[in-house]
Amino acid sequence: MGGSLILQTAARALLPLLLLLSVFLLLRGHDEPGGGFIAGLVASSAFALYVFAYDAATSRRLLTVDSRTMMGVGLLLGALAGLPAMFRGEAYLAAQWWDVSLGPISLNTPLIFDIGVYLVVIGTVMTIVFALAEAEEN
Amino acid sequence: MNALVALPVVIPMIVGALSLALWRSLPAQRVLGVLGTGALLAASVWLLITVAREGVLVMHMGEWQGPFGIVLVADLLGAIMTVLGAITGFAVAVYSIGTVEESEEKFGYYPLLHLLLAGVSGAFLTGDIFNLYVWVEVLLVASFALLTLGGERAQMEGAIKYVTLNLLSSVLLLAAVGLTYGMFGSLNMADLSDKFAQTEEHGLITVIGMLFLVSFSIKAAAFPFFFWLPASYHTPHVAVSALFAGLLTKVGVYALFRFFTLLFDQDVGYTHNLLLWIAGFTMLTGVLGAAAQFEFRRILSFHIISQIGYMIMGLALFTPLAIVGGVFYIMHHIIVKANLFLVSGAAYRLCGTYELKHLGGLYRSRPVLGLLFLIPALSLAGMPPLSGFFAKFIIIRAGVEVSAWPIVIVALITGLLTLYSMVKIWAEAFWKATPDNAPAPPQASGPMWPLYTAIGGMALMTVIIGLWAHPIYELAHTAAEQMLDPAVYIEAVLGETR
Amino acid sequence: MEPVLAIVVGVLFAAAIYLILRRSLVKLVIGLILLSNAANLLIFTVSGFTRAAPPLVPEGLEQPVGAVADPLPQALILTAIVISFGVLAFAVVLIHRAYEVVGHDDLDQMKDTDT
Repeated sequence: MGGSLILQTAARALLPLLLLLSVFLLLRGHDEPGGGFIAGLVASSAFALYVFAYDAATSRRLLTVDSRTMMGVGLLLGALAGLPAMFRGEAYLAAQWWDVSLGPISLNTPLIFDIGVYLVVIGTVMTIVFALAEAEEN
Repeated sequence: MNALVALPVVIPMIVGALSLALWRSLPAQRVLGVLGTGALLAASVWLLITVAREGVLVMHMGEWQGPFGIVLVADLLGAIMTVLGAITGFAVAVYSIGTVEESEEKFGYYPLLHLLLAGVSGAFLTGDIFNLYVWVEVLLVASFALLTLGGERAQMEGAIKYVTLNLLSSVLLLAAVGLTYGMFGSLNMADLSDKFAQTEEHGLITVIGMLFLVSFSIKAAAFPFFFWLPASYHTPHVAVSALFAGLLTKVGVYALFRFFTLLFDQDVGYTHNLLLWIAGFTMLTGVLGAAAQFEFRRILSFHIISQIGYMIMGLALFTPLAIVGGVFYIMHHIIVKANLFLVSGAAYRLCGTYELKHLGGLYRSRPVLGLLFLIPALSLAGMPPLSGFFAKFIIIRAGVEVSAWPIVIVALITGLLTLYSMVKIWAEAFWKATPDNAPAPPQASGPMWPLYTAIGGMALMTVIIGLWAHPIYELAHTAAEQMLDPAVYIEAVLGETR
Repeated sequence: MEPVLAIVVGVLFAAAIYLILRRSLVKLVIGLILLSNAANLLIFTVSGFTRAAPPLVPEGLEQPVGAVADPLPQALILTAIVISFGVLAFAVVLIHRAYEVVGHDDLDQMKDTDT
């Protein structure tokens, strides 16, 4: 299994670009168009492209973390992002804005939530894609 | 502001995510399964006690005020349902230690279990109709995956029917939500109840009400939308069957109770009369379907349907006593029905089959299991002093009070036929001698004590509900009072902004 | 615009139901996909249209100027799309597996669990 040479070369070139774009979309989110969901889709499209160009095993190696673990960690981040508000006596998921920033990026609970969504989307999409691709390969 | 309301949703979410992150370690997932559902049970009992003491609790998610933000509302009905969901989840998690195969655990049994519980709690506690749709989808996706764990042919065939009809019902629900928003510009249940009361367009409201009715009737497996249930519930792993039997149809019933007390009470003569017809036919078709079956879980599946009829009958009569009966019936039914499925799984562990013709001699070899079967079985049939007697008694009494004789007669006949089915299972599986063609029992893969613990615990609760029926009745009574007086609910949700 | 879209919604629902009632597994899935799209379009249509008035708050102001479009239906639809994406992805995997296990595409051959 595997795609043509053109597809393989393109996938290699596109993967870092797409990942970079996904991180850009992720950090830009909340105040401007972007966010965890769309960023996760872009990132998973990069890995899905690898599945088509090479095979599921190569893409799995590239992802390094098991897609299901990724889903779990993402869900955990998303659920935990709602908790800090509760310690301050506010409702679950109320946004907390902390006075910490790295250049243009400021740290806050919506960002943590978005990162969680990002991981969940990659994990979910890749689990489905791997399941379908591996069923096909066998 | 009360953070307590979010706990029954957040706990299974976090535990589910943790067990997903601990994908490789099955022992850790098992421990987390029991601990997580135990924590969920503790949190929901705490919630119920608080709600019973202090009245309706509301939390505005993310501090966005209603009616614009998403609210979680725990009134007594919601809190009672959450506790029942947690009880079932906890019993199933304990039971799973002894029965779920490692191959099924590897495909994410525990994370899915927690996700399902999160969806169920969310559906019970949300105060927003679109959010209800979202939670229903969450629990549906989890249930799809649980239903097909293992990938047997029968599971695939059952799952296709289950998935198709449940998706159809979800789309109807979504369409109804969209139409409601288009007409009234709100999704908040309390706000909608307010708006429905003020508008003159009763015709439109009834149309939307019918869309919701069909959608939730499919979920609740009411007549004539129940065909997916007996086609699928006997196919998955028995722990999954028990979980589904206890909780999934009850989400539909809960939604019917919520919508047809809080929102659609303008044209009671039409809507609730329709519900009464549905209730009667649901009872009869369910129990007659069961009479024709000779497979343990198929009989139980048909009985879910007939029992749903009783609950809808409570809602349809729409008198205070009838609603009390409906709530009491749900409390009794979830525990008893899940337990009967758990017993069927224990019988399978011992004999290797669910076919009544091939089962036998269980009372001689396992008298304790026989006793543990009799408690929920007789309770289901309505024998005093078990929980089912009081549940049926209240509902039938309510029917007599308003002289609804046809439905009372149907309910009594259904009770009698339920007894017939339970006696059939007892005589075939427990009483008669082991038949010659009995299959060899499967290789035991886990310990038996978790099975007995779960079954025994649930049976104990059935007895307790029966013996101490009065406090439970009082609880159901207060819940019914809240439901019949939407002003309490509306005031609790919108009080701060109005 | 509304009447046209209303007709489109109706046609989509009809086509979806027709496909679901066919005997083929693949048509069943296509029917389900159409069904969820029909519901999304329905939400979009019943909430009414506002042209060229995005609900954006201009720089330096506290609230938007004049009448703006209602952003909520689009948020609802987006959520519904995400959900149906997940559910339908599962349905596709399920049907793939069912096809492998059962060996054909005909729903009439899947009656073992019926009663």
